[in-house]
Amino acid sequence: MNVSITLATTRRILAQLRHDHRTLGMLIGVPALLMVLLRYVFDRPGLFDRVGPLLIAVFPFVIMFIVTSVGTLRERTGGTLERLMTTPMAKLDLLLGYALAFGLLALVQVGVVLAISLTWLGLDLHGSAWSLLLVAVLDALLGMALGLLASAFARTEFQAVQFMPAFVLPQVLLCGLLMPRAQMASWLEAVSDVLPLTYAVEAMREVSARSEVTGTLLRDMLVIAGCTVLALVLGAATLRRRTP
Amino acid sequence: MQGLRVVRGGREVLHDLAFEVPRGTIVGLLGPSGCGKTTLIRALVGVQVVRSGTVTVLGEPAGAPGLRRRVGYATQKPAVYGDLSVAENLRYFAAMLGAPRSDVARVIDEVGLGRHRDQVVATLSGGQLSRVNLAAALLGGPELLVLDEPTVGLDPVLRQELWELFRELAAGGATLVVSSHVMDEAGRTDRLLLMREGLILADGTPEALRARTGARDLEEAFLQLITEQSGSAA
Repeated sequence: MNVSITLATTRRILAQLRHDHRTLGMLIGVPALLMVLLRYVFDRPGLFDRVGPLLIAVFPFVIMFIVTSVGTLRERTGGTLERLMTTPMAKLDLLLGYALAFGLLALVQVGVVLAISLTWLGLDLHGSAWSLLLVAVLDALLGMALGLLASAFARTEFQAVQFMPAFVLPQVLLCGLLMPRAQMASWLEAVSDVLPLTYAVEAMREVSARSEVTGTLLRDMLVIAGCTVLALVLGAATLRRRTP
Repeated sequence: MQGLRVVRGGREVLHDLAFEVPRGTIVGLLGPSGCGKTTLIRALVGVQVVRSGTVTVLGEPAGAPGLRRRVGYATQKPAVYGDLSVAENLRYFAAMLGAPRSDVARVIDEVGLGRHRDQVVATLSGGQLSRVNLAAALLGGPELLVLDEPTVGLDPVLRQELWELFRELAAGGATLVVSSHVMDEAGRTDRLLLMREGLILADGTPEALRARTGARDLEEAFLQLITEQSGSAA
């Protein structure tokens, strides 16, 4: 591993985004727009206070998943990954470079959503906005790590895009956002126990409802971080220097 | 390279190849599309899974970590970032190799892309794109340059200039392996490997090949060799 290679990779990914104004605009603007819609769809302050933060967990997760899975697939199919693998770059340099770039992006993305939610949309938060920001960035990184892993199983961008519904929507359905997990059939609850988004949404619920940092929140954050690292390690194993 | 066999897509595409390349020379790898040139090149830079055989590059097994700074590789299909400018691409690859920043200006100059240095790669023409790809391989002054069809789609003047550059690099002690399917480029190499269907048909200097077959040009020499070979097989 080499810090200057990692940072050069982060700079390169950010430069790519800087050239792509439309993607950048959508990355920042779409979650904010969705929050505004959500606020006026619910139109009841109590309900928005409860559901709003949960969606702040889901949006960056989903968006980072899509962006990373397609982005890494482009590196694989475009030949740039093969070129990088012939240089001294370590696989971890590439993964950390991505994590750092998308982590920074997630910070901006969530920061904008949060600022709009707390001011214009009148979101009432019991916990601190900082812990919410931290949890949301962890969620974004989880989405990124899973996207990176998923890209290994896609051969084309068509397939990569479809991994979004395949990997992500079941998690959204089972994470307790639509229906409290305790009310689900026990086997569904058991499935949701092993899906990382469940912990992301639970952590958000803790942040929005409790003013103090609870044990559940800390455990959830550890689970999210653990899943991210695991997905990155598995993702690294799918990056091969030699291919058939 | 000894006893190299490679299987791709369930088919053996290289059959027991063996050859050596002396340092400081330009070796041309010639043959029709699909004859295994790219697979051979991939084995040389160590990104190809091989069935059997050994590939030794600059005294180390191909793909060894110690070689990653010493071998430059330009793929046939340009492998650069379309959404970055020429200079941004090269700065990034230079950082990967730990090459000095001044190298970026040098290689842009060498491939004649000075006027396009800040242009986004996706807006370049095909020939310009393949020159960006070549420039990335030149970064860090590698001892071995492996170039897969570097001159495809270039006008004759540019092609001439690039071959002069290759000659300069070889004179400076670098070894070049250049693939092509254009026969008129073959005459510019020090040594030719003619490939067909995963086998090396002939290995020698362009003059020796012409002399051996009695052909006027290399295209004819190549045809002659194919006839000889299928004659001896029958």
